[in-house]
Amino acid sequence: MKRGEAILVPLGAMIAGLLVFGLFCAALGLNPLAVYASIYKAGFGSWYSWQNTLVRASPLLLCGLCTAIPARAGMIVIGNEGAVVAGGLGAATVGLATLSLPPVLSLTIMALSAMVCGGIWIAFGAALQHYRGVSAVISGLLLNYLAVALMNQLIEGPLRDPSSFNSPASYPLTPDHRLAYFAGTHIHHGLIFGAVACVLAWFLIDRTTFGFAMKIAGGNVRAARLAGLPVGRLVVIAGFLGGACAGLAGMIEVAAVHGRANESLNAGYGYSGILVAFLARQNPLVIVLVSLLTGGLLASGGVLQREHDLPDATIAVLQGILFLFILLSDTLYGRLPFFRSRTPEPKPHAIAA
Amino acid sequence: MNALKTPPPHLEACGISKRFGSVQALEDVSINVQPGSFQALLGENGAGKSTIVKCLMGFYHADSGEIRINGTPTRIASPQAARRLGLGMVFQHFTLIPSMTVAENLILARPNLPFVIDWKSETRQLADFLKQAPFQVDPHSRVSTLSAGQKQKVEILKELYLETRLLILDEPTSVLTRDEADEVLGFIHRLVKKGELSALLITHKFREVMAYCDEVTVLRRGRFVGGGKTASLDVSGMAEMMMGEARVRNEAVGTRSPAGRSVLRIEGLRARGDNGLEVLHGIDLTVRAGEIVGIAGVSGNGQRELVEVIAGQRGATGGRISVNDEDHRPTRAMLRNHKFCTLPEEPLKNAAVARMTVAENMAFGVFDQPPFQRAGFLLDRKAIARLGRDLIAKFSVHPPSPDAPIGELSGGNVQRAILARELSSGQVSVLVAANPVFGLDFKAVDFIHERLLQTRNQGVAVLLLSEDLDELLELADRVLVMSGGMIVHETTPEKADPAAIGRQMAGHHS
Repeated sequence: MKRGEAILVPLGAMIAGLLVFGLFCAALGLNPLAVYASIYKAGFGSWYSWQNTLVRASPLLLCGLCTAIPARAGMIVIGNEGAVVAGGLGAATVGLATLSLPPVLSLTIMALSAMVCGGIWIAFGAALQHYRGVSAVISGLLLNYLAVALMNQLIEGPLRDPSSFNSPASYPLTPDHRLAYFAGTHIHHGLIFGAVACVLAWFLIDRTTFGFAMKIAGGNVRAARLAGLPVGRLVVIAGFLGGACAGLAGMIEVAAVHGRANESLNAGYGYSGILVAFLARQNPLVIVLVSLLTGGLLASGGVLQREHDLPDATIAVLQGILFLFILLSDTLYGRLPFFRSRTPEPKPHAIAA
Repeated sequence: MNALKTPPPHLEACGISKRFGSVQALEDVSINVQPGSFQALLGENGAGKSTIVKCLMGFYHADSGEIRINGTPTRIASPQAARRLGLGMVFQHFTLIPSMTVAENLILARPNLPFVIDWKSETRQLADFLKQAPFQVDPHSRVSTLSAGQKQKVEILKELYLETRLLILDEPTSVLTRDEADEVLGFIHRLVKKGELSALLITHKFREVMAYCDEVTVLRRGRFVGGGKTASLDVSGMAEMMMGEARVRNEAVGTRSPAGRSVLRIEGLRARGDNGLEVLHGIDLTVRAGEIVGIAGVSGNGQRELVEVIAGQRGATGGRISVNDEDHRPTRAMLRNHKFCTLPEEPLKNAAVARMTVAENMAFGVFDQPPFQRAGFLLDRKAIARLGRDLIAKFSVHPPSPDAPIGELSGGNVQRAILARELSSGQVSVLVAANPVFGLDFKAVDFIHERLLQTRNQGVAVLLLSEDLDELLELADRVLVMSGGMIVHETTPEKADPAAIGRQMAGHHS
């Protein structure tokens, strides 16, 4: 019963969201079914479109984990975008500094640097919340702006490639220092990072004592304290692990997609990652599936523009509508009569004070 | 203000009974508040005082019995209906909106307020009303800037402004200083003497009863146990009615070996409350092996904070907790080394994660130890499931399903599950339990009491905090009384004089 509910509620929310999006399309004078068909074709219609989808899914996998892992420790993280940017900058900086090293070593250092930068970015927000009572939602949102400002400062200043006129960018990585592609495709190896990270995160949360301790702290801080758990440390580590994933997404964007740090780092994968995590109910394995779906949506943006003359932001509108419905559907758990357990629950005994 | 001339109603409640699930909260209780009298309603926590006034105010409906207003049987369906009859209530905690001014609070409380408020005329009417009020409060000051005493006075003014003729006060002075309490109660006393008001005061404090009330009704465990004119009663008589005789102890669960060396020691423990003010002013106590030390006291005297400090949920500002002469802090390593277990009140809120399963909740203390942890970091879910099944059987938790979220269990079964967890995590040497049977039915109460005695008889040092003195006199080997954040009295159940304990609890330290 519970399992059915966990699948059907988000599914229902997605369908409702698509219906509302259909109304939006109809209001623009388009046939909603044709728009849905285009989205499907652009995301999953051919091997070529699957490749596009997979390229977009790899940062989404990691950005979804950035919200999903800290969620287990009871934190709502929305600073994914900032962590992606911080990770991308961390990767670009050390990547450019280690161009003389062998590529494998340089890429390893880039990945580690990106994970540390992204990890510290989110861990900082987690520490602020735990020790100082600053909501991680607020600090995460503000830190996003800070990360973008920091990026602009760097790519217009010390890292700037003088040959980049119109849109400022850092110096490029040399081709052999970039992440490789799967043979015959334009899918880069970053996809492996994402998939492995999801499996590792699931293992950590579900199969280790650390994950268990995190769940206790996230479920009830008072119970965690009673059990003698170091709640502050758990929360900060969970934030660090989530941020490290987002940071790695930034590294992938730099080392595989763009070959340099530029404004595309700030392309919204972080925000889409929040949607992914919530759609997946913060479950790392479900994130794999949801990332594919969302990656397909993102991949269809260009097609909608070309075929239906829809504005650039249409996919953002669809994402926003879906996210609202997912959040709304969260309140439905345990309330839909056909999911109620058949056995009558024991009535708690009340007493007068 | 014309309404002040209508006399207070004559309120009679006859033979009121009320049952919640398996708990008989009230049984055949009668109260008679004559117009122009100031009556006290005395009783311990859980005696049924709040229940009966909630029946009068229309929050609850009595199962049987009758309420009469001026001799006419009346059904009070809702708090609004009670208000129309001139009944009003002031609660222990403030109901004013802190960010609004006194005037706004009073005016907005009025029933049938028009959609658009004519503030000018309303303010004028209020000013007229306040002019005749016996004490002055600036109507334009923000409630958040008022002291606790002033707030309580505004609460009472609000009731008068709403033309309440019979005022019920539920422990109105528990958050006030003694001087503030005198001012507030003195004010009501004068109104009652003028014949403008009747009052029914719920309290634990004998001093207030003796100083201000004309009549007393005493409840105990949901029953009327005595009462009369204050002039004909004395403090120890009332305390004895309230507490009852000490009962004979049930020695059915094994025999007790004499208490051994001291195990748990608390010295000079200080801590602040939620509002930043110090609530524990240096607690000293010792619990020896094989003894239950009970802490009695009216709630709100620092017991909750004491347990929170012991459980690591609140920081101490001074003092020391030690086990077997070693410093104790609630880290996992120390909890394990000292075999220290805590059973806090409201376990679902304080000791469990509602959405995790019963088995998982039972593993909180041991999940990072073999056999539950393998290879230093892996969690063995099968071992946890085994532990769950085992403890569920041993402590008869119902329903016996280790995979159900613990939040779906009834209160008594959550309590059993948490007790099972705490008592099973290896050898126990210290157990701290706070109100372990609060809100449970009789069967669960007996079960948990037996387990506590068994634990004691195995040589564990048990610290038991309870608001129910009978429970402490039944279980404890020594009883300490806590009042105002300090231990003020110590006795044993054999020598205990319930009246003396009641006086100590109520803050009579003479």
